[in-house]
Order: sequence, then structure tokens, then C-alpha cells
Amino acid sequence: MAIAAVVNRREFLKTGAAGGVALVVGFRLSPAAFADQAEDQEKKPPNPFDAWVRITPDNRVTLILSKSEMGQGIMTALPMILAEELCVDWKQVKVQQAPTNPKIYDLGTGGSGSVAGSWLPLRRAGAAAREMLVAAAAKQWEVSPDTCKAQGGQVVHGNPKRYLSYGELVEAAAKLPIPNLNTVPLKNSDDFTLVGHDTRRFEVRDKATGSAKFGIDSRVPGMLFAVVARCPVFGGKVTSFDATKAKAVAGVRDVIQFETSGRGASTTGGVAVLADNSWAAIQGRNALEVKWEEGPAAKESTAELQKQFLANAAKPGRVLRNEGDADSALGSSPKKVEAVYELPFAPHACMEPMNCTVHIRPDGAEAWIPTQAPQWAQAVIAEASKLPPEKVIVHTTLMGGGFGRRYQADFVMEAAQVAAKSAGKPIMVLWTREDDMHHGFYRPASYHKLQGALDTDGNLAAWKHFQTSTSIAAKWSQKGADDPGLGEFGTGATIPYTTPNLRLEYLLAESSVPRAWWRSVEHSSSGFVIESFIDELAAAAGQDPLAFRLKLIGSDRKIPRFGEEKATPLDTARLKGVLQLAAEKAGWGKPLPKGMGRGIATFFSFNSYTAAVAEASVKDGSVKLHRLVYAVDCGRPINPDGVRAQVESAAIYGLSAALHDAITIKDGRVEQSNFNDYQMPRISETPKTEVHVVTSKEEPTGIGEPGLPVVAPAMCNAIFAATGKRIRRLPIRREDLA
Amino acid sequence: MAISFTLNGKPQSVDVSPDMPLLWVLRDTLNMTGTKFGCGMALCGACTVHINGEATRSCVTAISSVAGKKVTTIEGLSADGSHPVQQAWMEEDVPQCGYCQSGQIMSAVALLSKKPNPTDADIDDAMSGNICRCGTYQRIRKAIHRAASMQTGKAKSAA
Repeated sequence: MAIAAVVNRREFLKTGAAGGVALVVGFRLSPAAFADQAEDQEKKPPNPFDAWVRITPDNRVTLILSKSEMGQGIMTALPMILAEELCVDWKQVKVQQAPTNPKIYDLGTGGSGSVAGSWLPLRRAGAAAREMLVAAAAKQWEVSPDTCKAQGGQVVHGNPKRYLSYGELVEAAAKLPIPNLNTVPLKNSDDFTLVGHDTRRFEVRDKATGSAKFGIDSRVPGMLFAVVARCPVFGGKVTSFDATKAKAVAGVRDVIQFETSGRGASTTGGVAVLADNSWAAIQGRNALEVKWEEGPAAKESTAELQKQFLANAAKPGRVLRNEGDADSALGSSPKKVEAVYELPFAPHACMEPMNCTVHIRPDGAEAWIPTQAPQWAQAVIAEASKLPPEKVIVHTTLMGGGFGRRYQADFVMEAAQVAAKSAGKPIMVLWTREDDMHHGFYRPASYHKLQGALDTDGNLAAWKHFQTSTSIAAKWSQKGADDPGLGEFGTGATIPYTTPNLRLEYLLAESSVPRAWWRSVEHSSSGFVIESFIDELAAAAGQDPLAFRLKLIGSDRKIPRFGEEKATPLDTARLKGVLQLAAEKAGWGKPLPKGMGRGIATFFSFNSYTAAVAEASVKDGSVKLHRLVYAVDCGRPINPDGVRAQVESAAIYGLSAALHDAITIKDGRVEQSNFNDYQMPRISETPKTEVHVVTSKEEPTGIGEPGLPVVAPAMCNAIFAATGKRIRRLPIRREDLA
Repeated sequence: MAISFTLNGKPQSVDVSPDMPLLWVLRDTLNMTGTKFGCGMALCGACTVHINGEATRSCVTAISSVAGKKVTTIEGLSADGSHPVQQAWMEEDVPQCGYCQSGQIMSAVALLSKKPNPTDADIDDAMSGNICRCGTYQRIRKAIHRAASMQTGKAKSAA
């Protein structure tokens, strides 16, 4: 059994692929992990024509994609990097999903890390392939490679020019020695023709014509559709069931019970109804009679969790960071501010409900999965089918949203468990919307007590942040093996605001509600809390919120990341840069119509810098976000329009968190079921969103998530500017606006 | 009992339970998977198709009620993505995950057939039943305006 105390998401996958059994997951995807990945690839470089680039004699170029596409545009951005160094025409390029071969590919897709982690390895792979093609041409012409040039999918030499296409060269090129990846010449970035230029999404036509294939669209001859009855209470089990009525539904073929898979893939177990089509399976599941043993979680509720939070908040927290003496500075300061912030469990609510198609045969298994973690999927199918992992072929499909939910393997394990009991028939386990709402892995609920002190000059004399939460780390670790704490603060453990007295404290709240990564994870909470509270302090100091932030950030310097020695430090110049850019573009300080307020927020996450200015108004007890002006610095933007698209998307996801997202628990069950009692933003709620992308030659960093943490605080600070009301809990409630 | 209707301009007959929703007939019986399942309760719009030209949620439309009617799905808009709304969707690079976009496009086409030059308020009214978790709404709005000008421009040049 593979057990690790604290592992990052990549480590987790490695362990999963090797062990294929119960696992412990860590919670943070540290950039250091990506550096390790680059090193791995340098040790034993695979032939780029095997791993990354396929060229046919008729000059068709296929680039291999080692990350999963869930809407974030990685199917465009990563091939752009390869195509740039390879010197091929973008129009010439096709993209193909990589197979599950952990020796070559790190397939896990999350933590806004795909571009950052692939930038250098893919440049080197593309450059190596290009150099091999040039060398093959030079050999054929019997000239020096230095006199040949690669461009537009061919090698050019001499005057008058002569050409050899990559298609003509590939057979010879692939047999040449592989250049040293550490020294292979990379293109000068001034010569980039693709990277840094707006490029339309590779698969946009398929998505505009309905021909794009998502996991749910997988069709395998002879397949059955399965819908599963799961205990509505977390951790509950089947006592008994009667399948008579389910089997009477036309089209239902079988009813199969399967057990919980334990803490690794974390399935609940349940009873699957197998049918010729999805509808019959849903009807069969509705007709099924199941008795449940609900277990101890049946006592849990949101109200009970709130009591835990309050009881914890009355105790001293476990000290995670302590500089100076925050308590005595708070005691002696002329001006103190104290506030409590609260955030609920939040669902991913991917538009494509969870699903997985698995076909287990005696000699091997094949699966079609919308997954962010194909290697983990391979491991759990191997476990359920008792086949070696290399006998399990995973086809990673397009995903109808991921947001971290599809990093989990519960829906894969379920399908594998059902398929293993289905006499060789291919099975799709399909979740309904209600299943998705009731059996998710939610962003943790958290409660924060903030205390700040100002000295007579309006400087930050002390900052104290106590948090109690349900913790992702605690959900996945062996009891006691993992110590939740700093990870729950995200980059909020390293605030950019200068203070001599800083203290962070944490206490865990117990819950049976599954937690996991959610778009921007703990940053979504820390961003709201820190950027709201700094606004409260600015108001207490009688200073402009922008000027106050800039003053407290202070001089240009690099702030080491507390508790993450290998992590990239926070560059204050870049943080101030996005604050000033967003403010300038938004017209900070200019008058607004009556009833409108302007708020600002900034946050550093996934090594990217984000600031946003919100304009909001409150009318008849409801809030309207009119405009959102972003500045983002994610290093060199690969596809600037893709960057803008991701930030526009994070704006709406963040708006969802501000206005609607709340999973509440009663009697151990989720109270929300579908899009009637769980709302998300509609087109009519969409603010006018502007995204200003900083032009940069810094290393590229994350962009799928960093746009999110600033939305709620910028909006709530705008509400304060408009109404004088501080919003300290999400989602925003009517009574808090009154 | 066989139920007959017109699907994307061609006669279609299916022998399924009469209460089976059109969504599942399309997806599972006919393997036309462009129309998506999102909620099953007409709450998200991912399953939107046209029935006799009206935008309709196929997840709550029993197949029996479709007998004799004309059904158009995303696959029936154009064979090659050349419909102006699809073109506008590509030019604005609207889709992200893309899962809801078949439904969004079908709602937009229905809107434009009634209001060739919709205002933002018209778009809000017609499109608020279509949820997009990726939040592509701003680009949807732009694409609808673009499609409107493409279509009215075409109408003008034809006239």
C-alpha cells in the first residue's frame, strides 16, 4: 500500500500509477514539482518523433498533447509552443491526445500548471525535432547544417533556394542522434510568429458544430448505460435492496451492487442499474428500492459545522507563522479592526455530469474518460479489473468542465467496479445532475477571524489571521499523518502587506463532507478574506484603498514564500504593476453615477499577478456587478486571447462564488439538487469585463485559476464604497446588503 | 410503437417508449450526441433543439409529443459549420469547454429568427435559460451581434 504523508498532486499520480491502491493525497501543487518534471525529461530524453511530433511522408504534422482539455485552451497553447520551435505552419497542425505512458508524459492537469510546466520541455522537444530535420536535410544535400534553415514545415538552403519538406525528411531525421536538450538551440523570442499572438481555439469548429466528443458522447458497440443509487448521506452504505421494480422498466438489463472502494478513489459504493439507454437506466434507478445504513454523518449539518467553527474560534489556534508580537501590538495600537469572514462549501458544477466508459476484457481494458488525471484513472481501473496498468488503455476525452472535480477518480472507479461485474460488456456510468450535486468534492467551508492594527501614521502595525476550516488535506490524509495548516491559506500565508507583527493560526473542523480542489482552491477563500480586510483597514486609516495597498506593499523586492522555500517569490513590482494598470484602465478615482461604488482587489496565485476593479450597485436588496476591469501578469502570454478568455471565465466563476455558490448540509446530505435550488450566473448577470494582459518576457505562469480570487473582494469592496455595508460572508445575502 | 417525425430535414422513425425524452432518443437511440444532457429538468438549456422552429428543451420533451413535427438539432444547422451563428461563434472564439454551446447556439439561432437585430436586453431575455459554467457570456453576446450583422448584411446584399 502506497502511503505518503504529504505529497503534491503530481507525486500523488506517480504513487497512484505505481501502487494502484489506497492513497493519500496532498493538497498543493507546488511549482517545484514541475521543475522536477523538467529534470526527469532531461535525464532520458525520448525521441521527439516518438513522443511529441508525428510527421507523415505527405507532410501532415500531428503534435502530441500531454494535458487534458477542459475549456482552459491547453489543446491550443501547448501545441503552439511545439509548433513555434518546430517551425511548422499552424494551419498544417493536428493535435492528438497523448497515451498513458508515465515514462514520457506527466498527464495530470491542474493547479494552473500546464503551460508553466511544459514551456521549457516542449520548446526543447520542438527544437530537438527541428534540429534533427535540419541535420537530415544537410546530410542529404551534403552541406553544413548551419547553412540550412527551418521554416514553414520545410528546410531551406542556398541561393537559388532549394527545399525539402519535413515529410520528405522525417524518416531519416528520426534515426539521427537526439540533441542534448540542455543545449539544443531555442528560438529567439523576438522571432516568434505564433507564441504571443492571438490564436483561435484549436477545436473551436468541433465545438461550434456539435461534433466535439466529450466523455459522455463515447459510444462503444454493445455498451450498456448505468446509473447508480448512492447513499444520500456521506459515508452511508447499502443495507439491502429490491430490484424487482427496477428490472420491470423496459430496457433495464441488470442491477449490480458494488462496494465502496475505500479512501483512495473514494467511491461511496451503491447499486447500479444497467440499461440499453440512459433514460431507461435513470428510470430504473428511480424505481429501485434501497435501504441505507446512513452511518454517523447523518448527524452532520451546516448548523452543526457553524457551531464547531464558533467553538474553534474561541480557542487559541495552532500557530503556523509568528513574527514579532501581534498580540501585544494589537493591545497597544491606537486603532484596531477585527472582522470575521465566512465561506461555504462550493460545488464545481461542471456542465457535463460525471461519466466514465470502461470495457474490461480478459486480456485488457479500455476506457473513455473525461479526466484531468488519466494516470490515476489507469491505476484505479487496473485495480478494479486486476489487470496490470499497462494493459489498461485510457482515452482522455474532451471535458465539459473540470475545475478540479475531474482530478478525482471516484467516477472512474465506480465505472470500473461496475464493468468488472458486467461479463465483459462495455459500461458507461452516467451521473445525473442530482448525483453530481449530492456526491461532489467541495471547496472547503471556512471561518476566518482577522485582526489588524494601525499605527499613528496609518501603517500596518499588526496582522493576525485565524482560520478554522474543513481542510482538503485532512480529507485525504491518514489520520495524523498530515497536518493541515499553511496549505489552507494558499499564498495568503505570504501577504504582500508589510507589517512587523504577523501571526497565522489554524484549527481543523471535522466533517464527513468530501473536499477537494476547486478552481483556485484555497486562494478563492484567502483572496476574499485578505483583500476585504485590507480594505477595511484602509477605510479605518482614512486612506484610499489603492494608495493604502501600494504603500503597504512598499518597495520593489521579492518576498520569499512562507513555508515554501522552493516556490517562486512574490515580486512586489509586478503586483504593484497590475494594481496600477487595473486602476488606470478602470478610471480609479473618477466620479461614478450615484448609487455606484468602485472596489479594488489584488492577489498573487499560481505565480501570476492579478488585480481587478469592480463597479457595483445595490438596489432593492440585490447587488449588480456592472463592470470588472482586470490587469493580469502571467509572464509571457502564449495565446493572449486565450489568457483573456480564461480571465473572463474566472470572473464568472468568481461571481458565482460571490452571489450563489453554497452547498449546505442537513441530516448528512447535500440540500441542493439541481439548477433550481443551486443557481449560477446567467448572461443577464454578466458584467462588462475588460482584461488587460501585461506584456512580459518573464517565464509563463498559471492563468486558468488566478482570475478568480479577486472577484468577490473587488465586488464586496465596491458594495462598501456604494453603500457603506461590509460583506463578510459568501455568498452575498440579501440581509447583509440591507 | 414507431413514432415518426422530421429530423434535420429527413424523415425519421423510432420505436421507443413514448415517454422517453427526445434528448435520449437523439443521443442514445440515434447516436446524435451534439445535443447535450445537463440537468434533465429544463433548467440549463444544454439540450436545446428546435421543434417547428421553436427553441425547446429536449430533456423534458416526450418523444410522443414530437410525432409529425420538425426537429432541428445542432447537426442540422449546417453540414460544415457554415451557418452564420456558428461562424460568429468561431470568429469570437466563444466556446471554452464547449459543452453548453450546442444549446447556446440553438437558442441564439431561434432568437435571431424572431429578432434579426436583437438588443442586449433581447439577448438577456432569450439566452438567460442557457447556463455556461465557463462563463462565456460576454463572447456569446458579441457573437450574437456579429451573427446578426452577418445575416442582415447578407439579407441587404440579396435585396
